[in-house]
Amino acid sequence: MSRQPYTPAQYRRVVSRATPGSRMLRGYLRAFWVGGTICCLGQAISLWAEGLNLGEITNPMFTTGVLIFLGTTLTGLGVYDRIGKYAGAGSAIPVTGFANSVAAPAIEFQREGAVAGVGARLFTLAGPVLAYGIATSVVIGALYWLIRGWLP
Amino acid sequence: METLMMFARAFAVGGLICCVGQALIMHTKLTNARILVIFVVSGAVLTALGLYKPLVDFAGAGATVPLTGFGYSLAMGAIEAVNRYGLIGAFVGGVTRTAAGITAAVVFGLLNALLFKPHMK
Amino acid sequence: MSRLGAQTLRYDRPPVIAAHRSIAGGKEGEGPLGKWFDAILEDDLLGQKSWELAESEMVRRCARDALDDAGLSPGGVDALLGGDLNNHIIATSFAARKLRAPFLGLYGACSTFVEALVLGAALISAGGLDSALCCASSHFCTAERQFRFPLELGTQRPPQASWTATACGCALLRAEGRGLRITSGTLGRVIDMNISDANHMGAAMAPAVFDTLSAHLADTRQEAADYDLIVTGDLGWIGRNLLLELFRKAGIDVPEDRLVDCGASLYRQEQDVHAGGSGCGCVAAVSCGWIMKRIERGEFRRVLLSGSGAMLSPTSSQQGQSIPGISYAVCIERGD
Repeated sequence: MSRQPYTPAQYRRVVSRATPGSRMLRGYLRAFWVGGTICCLGQAISLWAEGLNLGEITNPMFTTGVLIFLGTTLTGLGVYDRIGKYAGAGSAIPVTGFANSVAAPAIEFQREGAVAGVGARLFTLAGPVLAYGIATSVVIGALYWLIRGWLP
Repeated sequence: METLMMFARAFAVGGLICCVGQALIMHTKLTNARILVIFVVSGAVLTALGLYKPLVDFAGAGATVPLTGFGYSLAMGAIEAVNRYGLIGAFVGGVTRTAAGITAAVVFGLLNALLFKPHMK
Repeated sequence: MSRLGAQTLRYDRPPVIAAHRSIAGGKEGEGPLGKWFDAILEDDLLGQKSWELAESEMVRRCARDALDDAGLSPGGVDALLGGDLNNHIIATSFAARKLRAPFLGLYGACSTFVEALVLGAALISAGGLDSALCCASSHFCTAERQFRFPLELGTQRPPQASWTATACGCALLRAEGRGLRITSGTLGRVIDMNISDANHMGAAMAPAVFDTLSAHLADTRQEAADYDLIVTGDLGWIGRNLLLELFRKAGIDVPEDRLVDCGASLYRQEQDVHAGGSGCGCVAAVSCGWIMKRIERGEFRRVLLSGSGAMLSPTSSQQGQSIPGISYAVCIERGD
């Protein structure tokens, strides 16, 4: 390391000066309008579902299902990754992004076979979301069970 | 007019929630997977604290479509099932309420593997 | 062959680059260097059933063409030296399976091509081999699924991220003949300046390139100005600026217009590749396609060619380790 003109700490500062930042305003605007539009799409599906006389619980399930279908299909057609490149969190945070994170490895790992490839990799990205989401819901349910006697 | 306002609220709230995610992408070194986990868990926790339900009532799909809404469904499901079945409900409610979404993701994901090939970039 | 200073080998019987071939993918073909490559892929899958086999086929074709140019049969070369970015360098070893030449598999991440030149030239100069085929390859789709995300996942890349080039370069070295000569080679040390952003490989590698290039200049008692051109592998434009800054701070005068980075030259701005191209194939194809041809045309006489590698794996990255870099360099001269 004798030849290096900077210490690692100094070098880190040099690197961060030399590295351009993301284009912030553009990033937020794109995330905002794409994310908002996907939510409006969800709202429209939900209105349509009301016409089908689904119940209060099944209506959101139906809406989510349709959005997930759209997300996986756009992934398969090779469109969703382009939306994601443009919109960032605007397309990653809506449930369609969750669908994308399931469908993308499913398509990618076909060559590794139906079980070790598609089956095992399906949840590489969505797995943590389900694991911690479900675990949190159990903790919340159990806490609620403990304290509900005291709740108004 | 009422419908139009409903869409405007969904657009604004959904867009803002995504902007929070965008802020995490641009200002932190968090990986995408971690950001998604943070969203689901915080959605569930906010719901348990009674803070997310008002947002859902106000913005509809604007609050349920982002992944925080997935956390909302998990937490609501668990709480309602505890009311119905007692403690065992904590293990039943979350997944029951979100079963359609999870199953749709699995089935359509598998279908994708059958129908599509990766595209060259 | 003799040693100069701490890290440099002088090839007293300098090997000749008897043939060199480059293959690039469609996106690389649309870039500013497109016309220099010997072949542009129309189908990035090359008619194979997986991306890994496609990369392997690209290596095989490139090697076959380089051997053809020199009038050698695949079995007629004394050794094949090379590697790629896949786990256990399967693209190159699977290509070697078809070539039937003795094989030395190398891994220096994106510095592999120059590592192969350093070693191949040494083996020839020492009299051990009469010919050596040095190659390296990378494929966007194999690297992406191994190091980053599935192709169809919608994610944004930060501005410092690089784009793995789909490309392959092969150079056939021989003990005798006409052509460019490799007169010296400098080994690299693994340098870690504690950069842990896996998207910022230019920053992780620039100190290693600085280390090797400054060692080369010190070992051979030369100045940067003694070279018509100094070529770096895949630092990208940010990494190139960092390297210039390191030289400036160390008081080593490197004229900015004589420092060319293969990765920063490979694509156009509007191709949306952020910091530039990367991957083993980047420096291999650009030096075999662009740099060597320009030396042969007489545009340059002496060129210092370096490659640099970021020695990370998905495992080391997930375990939060920083990214060590390595760099090798060779001096290529026009024979008269």
